[in-house]
Parts: sequence; C-alpha cells; structure tokens
Amino acid sequence: MDLTLKVWRQENRKAKGRFETYSLKNISPDSSFLEMLDVLNEQLVNGNNEPVVFDHDCREGICGTCSLFINGRAHGPDEDITTCQLHMRKFKDGDTIVIEPWRAGGFPVIKDLMVDRSAFDQILQAGGFISVNTGSARDGNNILIPKHKADESMDAAACIGCGACVATCKNSSAMLFLASKVSHLALLPQGRPEAVRRAKAMVAKMDELGFGSCTNTGACEVECPKGISVAHIARLNREFLIANLKP
Amino acid sequence: MKLNAKIPSGPLAEKWSLYKSTQNLVNPANKRKFDIIVVGTGLAGASAAASLGELGFKVKNFCYQDSPRRAHSIAAQGGINAAKNYQNDGDSVYRLFYDTIKGGDYRAREGNVYRLAEVSNQIIDQCVGQGVPFARDYGGYLDNRSFGGALVSRTFYARGQTGQQLLLGAYGALNRQIAAGNVTMYTRTEMMDVVLVDGVARGIVTRNLETGALESHFGHAVVLATGGYANVFFLSTNAMGSNTSAIWKAYKKGALFANPAFVQIHPTCIPVHGESQSKLTLMSESLRNDGRIWVPKAKEDAEKIRAGKLKPTDLPEGKRDYYLERRYPAFGNLVPRDVASRAAKERCDAGYGVGSGQAVYLDCKDSIKRLGKNLIEERYGNLFQMYEKIVDENPYVTPMMIYPAAHYTMGGLWVDYELMTTIPGLFTIGEANFSDHGANRLGASALMQGLADGYFVLPFTIQNYLAGQLSVPRMDPAKQPEFNETLEASREWNAKLMGIKGSRTVDSIHKELGQVMWDHVGMGRNKDGLEEGFSKIRQVKDLFWNDVRIPGKADGMNVELEKANRVADFLEMGELLAKDALHREESCGGHFREEHQMSDGEAKRDDENFKYVGAWEYKGPGKEPELNKEPLDYEFIQVKTRNYKE
Ligand SMILES: Cc1cc2nc3c(=O)[nH]c(=O)nc-3n(C[C@H](O)[C@H](O)[C@H](O)COP(=O)(O)OP(=O)(O)OC[C@H]3O[C@@H](n4cnc5c(N)ncnc54)[C@H](O)[C@@H]3O)c2cc1C
Ligand code: SF4
Ligand code: FES
Repeated sequence: MDLTLKVWRQENRKAKGRFETYSLKNISPDSSFLEMLDVLNEQLVNGNNEPVVFDHDCREGICGTCSLFINGRAHGPDEDITTCQLHMRKFKDGDTIVIEPWRAGGFPVIKDLMVDRSAFDQILQAGGFISVNTGSARDGNNILIPKHKADESMDAAACIGCGACVATCKNSSAMLFLASKVSHLALLPQGRPEAVRRAKAMVAKMDELGFGSCTNTGACEVECPKGISVAHIARLNREFLIANLKP
Repeated sequence: MKLNAKIPSGPLAEKWSLYKSTQNLVNPANKRKFDIIVVGTGLAGASAAASLGELGFKVKNFCYQDSPRRAHSIAAQGGINAAKNYQNDGDSVYRLFYDTIKGGDYRAREGNVYRLAEVSNQIIDQCVGQGVPFARDYGGYLDNRSFGGALVSRTFYARGQTGQQLLLGAYGALNRQIAAGNVTMYTRTEMMDVVLVDGVARGIVTRNLETGALESHFGHAVVLATGGYANVFFLSTNAMGSNTSAIWKAYKKGALFANPAFVQIHPTCIPVHGESQSKLTLMSESLRNDGRIWVPKAKEDAEKIRAGKLKPTDLPEGKRDYYLERRYPAFGNLVPRDVASRAAKERCDAGYGVGSGQAVYLDCKDSIKRLGKNLIEERYGNLFQMYEKIVDENPYVTPMMIYPAAHYTMGGLWVDYELMTTIPGLFTIGEANFSDHGANRLGASALMQGLADGYFVLPFTIQNYLAGQLSVPRMDPAKQPEFNETLEASREWNAKLMGIKGSRTVDSIHKELGQVMWDHVGMGRNKDGLEEGFSKIRQVKDLFWNDVRIPGKADGMNVELEKANRVADFLEMGELLAKDALHREESCGGHFREEHQMSDGEAKRDDENFKYVGAWEYKGPGKEPELNKEPLDYEFIQVKTRNYKE
C-alpha cells in the first residue's frame, strides 16, 4: 500500500517543532507500524537525511517504550494494543497518517517523536514498592492470597508505564498509571502495611511534577493498551481518603 | 592462561554454605566507602543494584532505555523455576540441579549449577515479598506449570507476563534504593568501554544517548549485566537494542569469552512474514503444556495447505504427524528446546512444512476441548491475543504457526564461581555470563539465574573481592590518565564510524550479517558451511567499514550511530561465534554439527575431546584469538547421553 505521512519533527527539547510530509510506497499490510517507520527511515538515510527518532525496544507490547499518537489516538486505531503491535492492515491504501509524540506537560519532547517520561520513575520512587530487603522474606506459601485477589492485583500490575493515559487525558493526569500501582500492591497482604503511606507519597509526587488532576473523564481507560480499569482510581481515592484521615 | 574456576571444595550440597561462612566480608561502616558500577537493569542488574544498595554500598546503575523498568527481561513470558516441590511431585534441589546439567548437555559446572538450584527457592519467597502477583490456586497457594526438559511442575508464573512482574519487583526494590540515595540511576546511557587501571577494572566510559556526551565513571568494581547477544542474527526474539557491545568491549580488554557458539534457537516463535520484518515474536514455551505440535503426515497434504487449498482444521487426526510425540514418547511436546527446534527444521526441510514452508502447527484444540476455552484463555490469553494481532488469525480456531528463531545465548563472558571475569574487579551476571546453562538452557531457568546472580550470589561474592580493596581510594576520573585515554579512544572510534560516509544504512548491513549467521552458523552447522560463513562475515564487515552511512553528528542524539556501534561489535563477535562453532567438533545442546550425529539424527557428543568450556582470549586487532580450556570434571553425577525417549 502507498501512504502519506505527516510526522512531527523537532530538533531538541528547546526547538520549535513542525510537521513534515513524506510519501511511502509498497508497504506490506502484514508489517507492523514501526516496521513501516523503519522503511521511512531507511528511505531518509538513503537520501542523506536524518531519520525520524521514535522510542521502541521490545516490539511486542510489553516494555512500554513505544509511544506514538497516531491520527489523534494514543497507540493508534486499534483496541488494547501498543504502537508496536499496530499492524498496517488497519490502514488503507492511499491513507494519510498523522504521527505525533505524546503531548503532556509532564512529558517534554526530547527529539521528534521521543519524549521524556522520567517523571513516571520519580512517582514510583516516591513509594511504589514494598519495603523488603533481599533475603528477609518468608516462605511464599506462608502468605495465602485468594485467587481472585491475586488475579485482580495482576490486572493492575499489567501496566507497562507507557504514558498513553497521560497523553490522552485532557488534564494530563497520571492518575491511571499511579492508581494501577497503588491497587496492585494494596490488594496483596504484603502490600497492606504501607498502603496508606504509599498512596499519599505517590500522589504528592505526581502533583509536584506538574501532572493535572483527575476529573473522571475515563478517557485514559479507553486508550490504555493493557485495559487498566478506572476502578483502580476509585480504590486509590479510598486509600487516599484513609491517608488524609490518619495523621 | 590457566583458568581457575575457584569452586570450593567439599560435598556438592555444602559448597555454597561453606563458601559463605568462610569468605571475606566488608564491615557495615566500610561499605559506603565503596563505589560499585552496575551496567544493566534487567533481572540481573536491577536485583544486584538494589541488593548492593540495601547493604550500604554506593551503586551507579546504567541502562540504555529511558527507564530501568524497560530492560529486556520485561519480555519474558513463561515462568521461573524453583525446587519448592509445592506440587509434591518429587522435586528437590538435587533434581533441579540434575535436570539443568542434563538439559545443558553436560557442558556446565556442577558447583555453579547446584548453587543455582539451591537459591532458587529463596528467589520465589523474595519475589512474593515484593508483591509479585504469581498465579494462585483457589486455596490461595502458589500455582505451578511444567516446562521443557523436566518431569515435574516447578515453574512459577504470573499469567504470560512473568518476566514483567519479576522485573517490576526488582525495579521496585531498585526505586527504593534510588530514593534512599544508595543507587544513582543513569538512563539513556550506553556503556562504551571498561577502564582498567593497572590491569584492574576501575570504571567505565559511557555515552549519554540524548546529548552524545562521553563521560567517565569510577567504581571499585564493575558489574556487567547487559544481557544476551542473540541479535547477532538480526532477527531474534530479543529487543531491538539488545547487544553484545558491553561484554565485547570487556573481551577486547582481556576478559575471556566462553562458548560463544552456544546459542539457543527457540522452537516456538511466530514465523517470518517478509522483507521488512524487524524482529521475531516468541510464543511462550508454556504453550507446549497444552499445545501439540504437528505437520501433515503426507507431503501432498502439506503442499495443499501451503497453497491454501486445504485448511489444517479439515485434516483428519490420522493424517497428522505429531512428530515430537512420535520421536520422544517420554517427554513428547516437552522435550528441551534444542531438540524441538531441530525436529521442526527437519520436518520443514523434508518438505512437510506449512505456511511459507518454514512453519509447523502448535495446536491447542485438544486442550480447549478438555479444559474449556475459558481456562485456556486464562492461561494464555495475552499470548493468543498477541498472535492474533500479528498474524491476523484466531488461534482458538486455527492452529498457530510457529518456527524456530534465535532467542538466548548460553555463551558469554567467562566467570569463576564468584562471577568474576578474568579481569580482576570485573564481574558479569545474568545472560551476559556463560555460567550455568552449558550448551542448552532449560525453559524458565534464565529468570532464575538472573535473579540468583543478582539477589543471592553476587552481593556475597563481590565482598570477597572488595575486602581486599579497602586501601584503594575513590578516584577522580578527570585526574586519572587511564580514564581520559579510554574516553579519547571511544571518541576516536565514533569519529571513525562517522567518517565512513558510505551509502549503506546500518540496518541493511545488520540484516546481511543476520542472514549469513542464520544460514551458516544457525541450527545445522557443518565445516564447509562454517568456513564459508566465516569468510562471508568478513565480507560484510568490510562492507560495513567501507560503506556504512551515518547521518548527523556524534555529539548529539544519533540513533544511527548507536546502532552502528552495536553492529560493529556484532560483526566482530559473529566471527568468534563461527570460529568457536568450527572448533567444536561435536554436537551438544544447541550446537549441532551435522557431521556428528547418530544414525537416528540425534546429537552425538564427544566427551573424550570436548568436555570443556572453550574460553577465547583476545590477542589484539587482526590477530587470532587463543582458545583456553577449562576442563569440566563431574564429581557427583554420571555423565550420560541425553535421552528424552524413555
Ligand atoms: C521473548 C523472551 C521471552 C523469555 N521468556 C523467558 C521465560 O519465560 N523464562 C526464563 O527463564 N527466561 C526467559 N527468557 C530469557 C530471559 O528473559 C533473559 O535471559 C533474561 O531476562 C536476561 O536478563 P538480564 O538481566 O541478564 O539482561 P536484560 O534483561 O537483557 O537486561 C540488559 C540490561 O543491560 C542494559 N544494557 C545492555 N547493553 C548496554 C550497554 N551497552 N550500555 C548500557 N546498558 C546496557 C540494558 O539497558 C538492560 O537494562 C525470555 C527471553 C525472551 C527474549
Ligand atoms: S495505565 Fe495503561 S496507558 Fe497508563 S501507563 Fe499504564 S499501561 Fe500505559
Ligand atoms: S516497543 Fe515495547 S511495548 Fe512497544
């Protein structure tokens, strides 16, 4: 198939960006979206131009590195997938595709389509863990966890930290990302002792880093490639309520 | 060079506890006087950095991704082994040890592997403690599944995302230490070289991938946890950025490279779709628990299926050849990976392949019938979804197509029992070292090894080294000539690459290398093919150094330069891989030399002449590397021919 691409190009953090238009021919519908961009970059380098910079690594939907805003949607026009899992069969011959980076105050553009998501690391450093030193844990079967709890915790833990939720949210809130971690740990008995402190510390960090607040639009859930549910935000609010009640 | 593996003496089951009770330790107040560099944030690197931080060492941790959480360990699907025997099916530390040695075709050290099996149980406890949501049964107890090469169920899992959950656990521990100020994290930073001062590892030179700036970092010890080198094949199940550069640079500084030819080709990957293919996707081995592998019995049927004139679902049971069950009745679909891969290649080469001809079926229909779609979906839902997104076929209805692909590398830097390379102060852990898997790794054992090294082995053994380094002060790299020399050498190397200004893209040359590796140094190897491969690798290398084109500049973000740096090292390491494969005149594990097979096509090992670790020593540019042998003595088990038939 033949395509026209409108791609965001931006030299560095400070530069002003712009859209560039490229045309591509003979793209196989079986190739992935990123393989299509590989072909574009091959073409650019062959013409002695700099390739389009975009983030990617595993190319199988699990590392959370890829992060493109395609035709106005985070991770493009398919459900429950990351950009790297999007295949060209979702497009038609002759289509024009607009490709942008995540746009959010918390995620400054580094170059072209690559953004800085280190704020996510900082939120988790604030408390997104269970404090257990190596070697001090007791036997795994000494902690019984009902299957449905373990499953629900796993649902929340599936977050890949891609940032699509932030990019989609009109307030650029990181609430779904943050709530998924709070839920993952709070649902497990091992995670309970620190649950309140954890929620409080992470929310404070998120506010400090300039992410917007959550107004429950639910847009994040729709674009989350891992189907993280907004129900986790409700759980977080509960933890946070308790956090505020306690000194 | 005389290789001393430093295996403690004493009975097998007591070696590790004897070692721990007699080794030197660093006292708590002195720990903060030591800087330790850890390169890599996968299971091995993150667990090591976090554990060392907890102990009070000052750790600098590096990764090339934008976050430590994205290291390639995140992609591991199936599970992690441990000898808990929760299923009461007869498992034990000894059995896990034995299965691992046997699975590795008797090319690994007894002492190391026993220790691995011994600490496996603690890993599960640690991960549960961190909040890893392992699968549980209705009683709330931990659940297990089976993996290849074992007759017990000892694999712990978190849906099809075990690596992700284990890594997030380690990343949590790492984050805690970053917040506590014990670990300083450097993301989007690539290691360029190791710095030696008086022959001892004292630091690294890095390139900041955003700014292009070269920097030096000091450490009393340097730990490499940079993963495997399967991307030398271009197409592999590894992440796009997985590379050999860190360990290759260490090799060129004097660390020995052991068994480079021991590469694992994984039997169950989604077949290649075409020219623009950039990587291959694994379908977890766990599927072999509930899936049966087959091709048509008759060539005519295979032809009809390939031509689209016959649907696999329409082929009656009697016309299907479940070749693994036929050839290996005892283990059936759960034979080790090397055996399963070769069997698939054999059928396809003989004309029975489906799809493009380079594919076989992995069929879950019997399990779906037996257990119901819901249970299968619960077990493998994300894998089935992944398959459908890529291939555009519903695997609940049509059997999946799979084919072997390069996946894991058993070879790596040679390390002793303490995980130290032949360069004093330079340690290597995880997939980057060669230590525990011999000539073939069993499923779910890489995660176990990475975490064993990082949580439970290195934090002890490194102290035995550091205890002797108390008199070494922190060095200021700016004032130390060795750092500046190494940094300048890296700058010149980059300038040389930028200066080629040829006409070929890095990827196009990497693809060419990959094709040569796959055709000549892949699943079936023979002398003529290897020699031809060797000279072809040299040609591709010449092509690269004469004609590669890297636009942009070195002092700024430059993705093409990053790739070129990695490919330059793959080209050199590809040669060593071929050389190692050529020298090893036997078949063992993943290394199959067509000249050395039994009459029934099974691998023929030569213990008389090759029961050793082959460790290669760099001798300088243009010079032949030298082979050093570490003989493998089996004191406690009897070396046998692997048999998965009965
Ligand atoms: C698709 C897939 C599925 C798998 N499934 C399983 C499974 O179910 N069970 C199992 O046991 N094993 C599995 N494996 C194998 C296992 O995942 C790996 O062997 C293991 O995770 C490797 O961990 P590691 O910490 O050694 O390296 P990695 O996780 O690869 O980490 C390497 C780290 O080093 C850094 N790095 C690399 N090079 C440089 C450099 N030059 N400079 C700076 N930093 C660098 C990277 O940034 C990264 O942080 C699977 C592998 C794949 C590919
Ligand atoms: S919650 Fe979903 S969209 Fe947000 S970072 Fe996690 S996986 Fe991505
Ligand atoms: S590249 Fe890893 S999720 Fe897309």
